Amino acid sequence: MATTAENFQAHTDDHGGHDADHKPAFFARWFMSTNHKDIGTLYLIFAICAGIIGGFISGIMRMELAAPGIQYLGYWVELMGGEAAFDANLHMWNVLITAHGLIMVFFMVMPAMIGGFGNWFVPLMIGAPDMAFPRMNNISFWLTVAGFSSLMFSTFVPGGTGIGAGTGWTVYAPLSTTGSTGPAVDFAIFSLHLAGAASIMGAINFITTIFNMRAPGMTLHKMPLFVWSVLVTAFLLLLALPVLAAAITMLLTDRNFGTTFFDPAGGGDPVLYQHLFWFFGHPEVYIMILPGFGMISQIVATFSRKPVFGYLGMAYAMVAIGVVGFVVWAHHMYTTGLDVNTKMYFTAATMVIAVPTGVKIFSWIATMWGGSLEFKSPLVWSMGFIFLFTVGGVTGVVLANGGVDDVLHDTYYVVAHFHYVLSMGAVFSLFAGFYYWFPKMSGKMHSEFLAHLHFWGFFIGVNVIFFPQHFLGMDGMPRRIPDYPDAYAYFNNISSIGYMIMAASMVIFFVNLAYAFLAGKKAGDNPWGEGATTLEWTLSSPPPYHQFETLPVIEDHHDYHDHRPATA
Amino acid sequence: MNFGNLPRGAVRMITTLAAAAALAVAPQALSAQDATEAAVSAPATEQVEAAPEDAAATDAVAATDAYTPLGSEWIKGQPVDKGITFQEQYSKDGKFALWMHDAILLPIITVICLFVLGLLLWVVVKFNRRANAVPSKTTHNTFIEVVWTLVPVLILVGIAVPSITLLARQYESPPADAVTVKATGYQWYWGYTYPDNGGFEVISNMLTKEQADANGEPHQLAVDNRLVLPANTPIRLQTTAADVIHAFAIPSLWFKLDAVPGRLNERMLTIEEPGIYYGQCSELCGARHGYMPIAIEALPRAQWEAWVRSQGGTVGGEAEEAAPAAATEAAVPAATDAEAEPIAAPAA
Repeated sequence: MATTAENFQAHTDDHGGHDADHKPAFFARWFMSTNHKDIGTLYLIFAICAGIIGGFISGIMRMELAAPGIQYLGYWVELMGGEAAFDANLHMWNVLITAHGLIMVFFMVMPAMIGGFGNWFVPLMIGAPDMAFPRMNNISFWLTVAGFSSLMFSTFVPGGTGIGAGTGWTVYAPLSTTGSTGPAVDFAIFSLHLAGAASIMGAINFITTIFNMRAPGMTLHKMPLFVWSVLVTAFLLLLALPVLAAAITMLLTDRNFGTTFFDPAGGGDPVLYQHLFWFFGHPEVYIMILPGFGMISQIVATFSRKPVFGYLGMAYAMVAIGVVGFVVWAHHMYTTGLDVNTKMYFTAATMVIAVPTGVKIFSWIATMWGGSLEFKSPLVWSMGFIFLFTVGGVTGVVLANGGVDDVLHDTYYVVAHFHYVLSMGAVFSLFAGFYYWFPKMSGKMHSEFLAHLHFWGFFIGVNVIFFPQHFLGMDGMPRRIPDYPDAYAYFNNISSIGYMIMAASMVIFFVNLAYAFLAGKKAGDNPWGEGATTLEWTLSSPPPYHQFETLPVIEDHHDYHDHRPATA
Repeated sequence: MNFGNLPRGAVRMITTLAAAAALAVAPQALSAQDATEAAVSAPATEQVEAAPEDAAATDAVAATDAYTPLGSEWIKGQPVDKGITFQEQYSKDGKFALWMHDAILLPIITVICLFVLGLLLWVVVKFNRRANAVPSKTTHNTFIEVVWTLVPVLILVGIAVPSITLLARQYESPPADAVTVKATGYQWYWGYTYPDNGGFEVISNMLTKEQADANGEPHQLAVDNRLVLPANTPIRLQTTAADVIHAFAIPSLWFKLDAVPGRLNERMLTIEEPGIYYGQCSELCGARHGYMPIAIEALPRAQWEAWVRSQGGTVGGEAEEAAPAAATEAAVPAATDAEAEPIAAPAA
């Protein structure tokens, strides 16, 4: 954003001759990697694999919910090596919802956004040769894999009424302590420990890199917004995850060593766990969406051929969202018996977040306003994001009202709300970012036709899945139940049909990937034209194994995103 | 501007049709039941004619002083087939909250979504590469930035006023003569204790699909012993749990309160008319989380008192001399022991 392809030529001779690049051999390169781009690629591959598993689980859930009654759970129990029985089958349902939530949050969205795109593009965008701590980067990735393995393992061991951990992704005590015997929940908790440690190390790495390794002239106020978004996210991770780690460690000691942090019989309180969990959990939802905000800003500016509107407002709106995100956690706990003043405070504080979020939505539209829009796939996904995130955002305003939440809490309205901001917000931004940077990362062009087809299939699919869930929630259907009264059958059925549309569109995505690698055209340095002004587009596609051996210099007078005198 | 009215009209129509259908089916269902039950239902069938209408029905019930369980024609709070909005509300707070959603929140969020969609479509039409080959370089406009910060603030303040009012109303303290009921969540059923009426406990389990169908009640919602409450009387509803966290929820009364082990949560509830109101446990509580519904049976005061006596309980001044032991023994399985008794914690 701060410099253009034309004026920055310092390293162009890196491209051709340096193909040898001293790349290590296969095993050393991919299993002992310290290269930010390779680790980014590993994260993306990992996230796609986890996404396939998590998406498959949601398919099982939609299949079961397509009609009233328990149809398939016994089959899955037997497939997992258990013995089908009434309680074991119902327990399997809880294992499915738990696994779906944990996988999608910790092993799909976070690794893809921060581990994948963050690792790939933060160093490139700030003109750095690599991350600050390359070896720590490596252990971050492999701890994530270990965490995922632990979660997968937990589904094969006893967890109380059946096999696997059936506590929900929130792991509320006492269901997760006295309520679930057997090692499954311990393995699930351990999985969160590992993923959390990985994320904390990743956050330290990003903060250090962004503060210390910017190229000369790249002031904080000239950083691309994606880098800003990762910076804010890294701070959220650093402050929130230790609280989760503390909470789940207390779960472990309650489970195994006779402590009573969350057990009233020993003077503990189950609601304490919820406070700790949501003090992490609410920033976590911004952790999942902020990098998406950053990507959308880059993409919208690129395809409008126009700098981002209100750059500083956009950057500080993210900071504001991050800060306020830490003081609204108890809106997840409106029904736990909070007193009226607490509920009033959290109602007011929660609604405040809508203001910086609104600034971002309107700034994206203003960026496009007066622009010269080219509807390439990344822009189409971004526009889908803007609209669907708005829909998810306004239902958030409804839920923010403590008095209204009394009827909506833990119903499908909440499910619809957070899937609109996550599986339409975060996931749409992931696909937008993927199509935007895929040519840069792979050196191959994907099919724009297939990418658009994927968009429309996915757009229609997820809306058919999740819009009717608002109706189910308002009509009173609780979350996390495998069977329901007949009155809910109609919209559950429609929702399940939506899943099939969505799943079909995902096939198109993988066909597109295969096409790109097998027959895709070679991507130039900058396939998106003059609107793509950030530093990664000055490099070859894919970039050299080691880039910016001579640091690029960002000069003041090329800074055209901001006509005002430099403020930094 | 009241968008909620549209679906609500449809909902009301469906409810009426459903009631009519229930009427038509009722005689057949009755014939299947045994003699005693048929006898009990007989007076109820007379009331059916008037049931969906109004207070006339209430009087009909009030006329009989003895307890008769309400038949399926009294079902008022239940999910509506293909319903796209909230269930009809039968409490004052519920009506206010529903008004707030339908008259304030829903119009606002709909307008915002349409506004953003409109802007996006406008941008697509006006500023695509063919229509606008040369992009502008505008990156700032202080006025518009102030506008799109302040206008949302004003909208939110507008929402906050009724929202805070609603909260204040929901937290009104019950009067001294309120009926106290304690709902205890167990894995996976509910227990309802009446501490001021002799302290007997009613255990409420879900009916199987066959049993529910036979009763003409919706499966997954119907229970063997309902939570029987007086209508039009303030109720001090307390919740707690014996094992893990459960949540006591009745959508048609706009009521949801977690049942947390070691805590005693309390909220006032007033049901405006007699009827049957269904809800489901709303906090994941293990395998049969979806199988512990809540069914409230609201009766006119006199009938409710009759019910309390039929359970061996006491009403008002009788409380002192009453020995509730017999009733408790009959109604409570092994589940209640000293451990289940919550450690009192200030809840609200």
